[in-house]
Amino acid sequence: MRLTDDEKAMLDGAEGPAVAAAMDLLVRYGEALDCERLCDVRNVAGTMTQPSPVKAKLVAEGGWDRAFAVINLDSDEDLEIPQMRVATCQLQQGFSGDAAGIVPYPEQFVRLQDDAEAFYGRKGVTILATCTPYQVGNLPVRGEHVAWMESSAVVYANSVLGARTNCEGTASTGAASLTGKIPCWGNHLTQNRYGTHLVDVRVPVRDFFDWGLLGYFVGELVEEARPVVVGDLAVPELEDLKHFGAAAASSGGVELYHIPGVTPEAPTVQAAFGPRPVPEAVPYGPRERRRTYEALNSQGQHTEVDFVLLGCPHASIEQVRRAAKALDGRRLNSGTQMWIMVPRALKAVADRSGYTEVIERAGARLFTDSCPAMSRAAPPGTKVFATDSAKQAHYLPAILGIEAWFGTLEDCVEAAVTGRWAGELRCD
Amino acid sequence: MRLILHGRTVVPGVAEGEALVSHQTISGWGGIDPATGTIIERRHELCGQSFAGKILVFPGAKGSSGWSGFFQATRLMGTAPLGMLYTVTTTKVALGAVVTRVPTVTDLDRDPVKVINTGDWVRIDADHGIVEVVPAGAE
Repeated sequence: MRLTDDEKAMLDGAEGPAVAAAMDLLVRYGEALDCERLCDVRNVAGTMTQPSPVKAKLVAEGGWDRAFAVINLDSDEDLEIPQMRVATCQLQQGFSGDAAGIVPYPEQFVRLQDDAEAFYGRKGVTILATCTPYQVGNLPVRGEHVAWMESSAVVYANSVLGARTNCEGTASTGAASLTGKIPCWGNHLTQNRYGTHLVDVRVPVRDFFDWGLLGYFVGELVEEARPVVVGDLAVPELEDLKHFGAAAASSGGVELYHIPGVTPEAPTVQAAFGPRPVPEAVPYGPRERRRTYEALNSQGQHTEVDFVLLGCPHASIEQVRRAAKALDGRRLNSGTQMWIMVPRALKAVADRSGYTEVIERAGARLFTDSCPAMSRAAPPGTKVFATDSAKQAHYLPAILGIEAWFGTLEDCVEAAVTGRWAGELRCD
Repeated sequence: MRLILHGRTVVPGVAEGEALVSHQTISGWGGIDPATGTIIERRHELCGQSFAGKILVFPGAKGSSGWSGFFQATRLMGTAPLGMLYTVTTTKVALGAVVTRVPTVTDLDRDPVKVINTGDWVRIDADHGIVEVVPAGAE
C-alpha cells in the first residue's frame, strides 16, 4: 500500500500505540483487498458495546481497553484506548434495562452493556444504539466517504444518501474510529458505483410490504451486484427504501442500488449505468412477486402465532404511529406477544406523542437498542412468529429455530389480536 | 496427480492440512457457531460440519457485516480453520481472513472450489502465493 506521510507517522507510533495498532490493521486489511491507498473518513458507525461471552471474558481480564484492543483493533497489545479521532457511533446492541423482566435476556449482559456505554461514552462514542443511525440524525452527505457496518445501514448510506462506504466490520470500523482512515476500495471508487442489472417492475409497488418483497427478489437475483430498478413504482417513503435495501442485503449482498429519478446518483437510467450500456431488463411481474412471497413464507407451517415482531430495521416514528393506529382500541390475544423495535431517541418521541400509551394499552410493547436476531431472544416458548420485515423473516428462523410468517402490518396486527396467521397475497 | 496453484497473498504464512470444500458462500453471523467452528445455516451443504483444523476452501462470504467478527471469534475460541482459500474478494471475507490470522490466498489461477475436493491434502505457502494440492488417495 502507498501510505501518506501522516499515515506512515501513525503506523510508526507518532500518535501512540493504539493508533499504531489501528493503522497496522488497516494496512493488513488493505493488502488483503489488494488496495493501493486509504481514504479519509469523518463518520464511523461500528459496534463496541454489544455483550458476548468472549467480550465478557476479555473485560474480566483487562477491562474495556483490552476488549477494544482485541475485538475492535485485532491487537494483542496492552493498549490504552484514546478518544475517538472522528465522529463514531454505536449501532444496535443487546437489550437494555427497559426489556428487563419481559425479554428473556441475561441480566449480566444488560449490566455489562451499561458499563460499556459509560466507558465508550467517555471516549467520544455516541450511543445511538440503532441499526438505523440515519433515522436519528446521522446523515452523511452525498459523495462523503464513511466507514459503516450493518448491511441495512450500508445499503441505505450508499444508495439513498449517496455516501460511499463498503460493508465494513467490527475491526475495520474500530481502526477507522481512531485514525479517520479506511481502505479506498470497492464502493469508494466511482467506477464501482454504476449499475450492473436492470429490473423492470411490472406490478404496482406502492407500500412498505411490496417494497420489501421487491427488495428480497432483487437481492436473490443480483447477489452482490448493483441493481437499477425502474417501472411501476410509487415515490417511496424513507421506510420503503429502508425495507427494500434491508431485504436486498439479506437475500443477496446488495450494498448499492439505484432507482432512477429517486436516488441521488441516478437522475436517469443511463446515468445509473454510467459509461456502460444499459443491459436487458429482468421483469418483476405477478409471477415473480408471488414466488418471492411464497419463498419468504416457506418457513411457516402452523398458523398459531406466539410472537409478532415489527421494526426491523428499527421502526421510524411514522411506523410506530401506524402501529398505534392499527392497535387502537384492540387487545392482543392472551398467548401472543408483540414487540416493536425502535431507536431509543424515537421511543422518546413516541412516548411524548402518546403512541406508546396506545400500543401498551393493547398489550404490545416498544423496545429499544436491539432485536430478537441480535440478542437471540424471543418470548419464552415461541414456536411461530410473524413479522412485516423480510429481513427478520429471513434470519430469525435459523437463529432461533422457529417458524416465520411474513405479511403486511395489518396481517401482523390481526395475528397478534387473534393469535392466528391469516395473511395472504392480495391483488396479483 | 499433484496440483500447483498460484495466487495472491491475503494473509501470509504457511499451513497444511485436509481440505473442507464448500461450493456455497458462507455466512458468518447467523451462519457459523464460533464455539465449535461449525456451519449452522440450515440449508447449507456443510450444515453441521466443522472447519476447525481444516483448510477451508469456499467461494466467498455472504450475509451480515458481522462476518469478520464471527471468524475472529473462532480464533479466540480455538476453532479456526488452519488456512483459507477463496474465490471472490469482498470486504467481509478479506477482513475476516485478516482477523482470523490464518494463511490465506485468493485470485488463484484456477478456481479452488472447482479443483480441490474435501479430504485432499492442501499446503498453502501464502508468503509466496503457492498452493499445493495432493488429491485424497494419491501416492
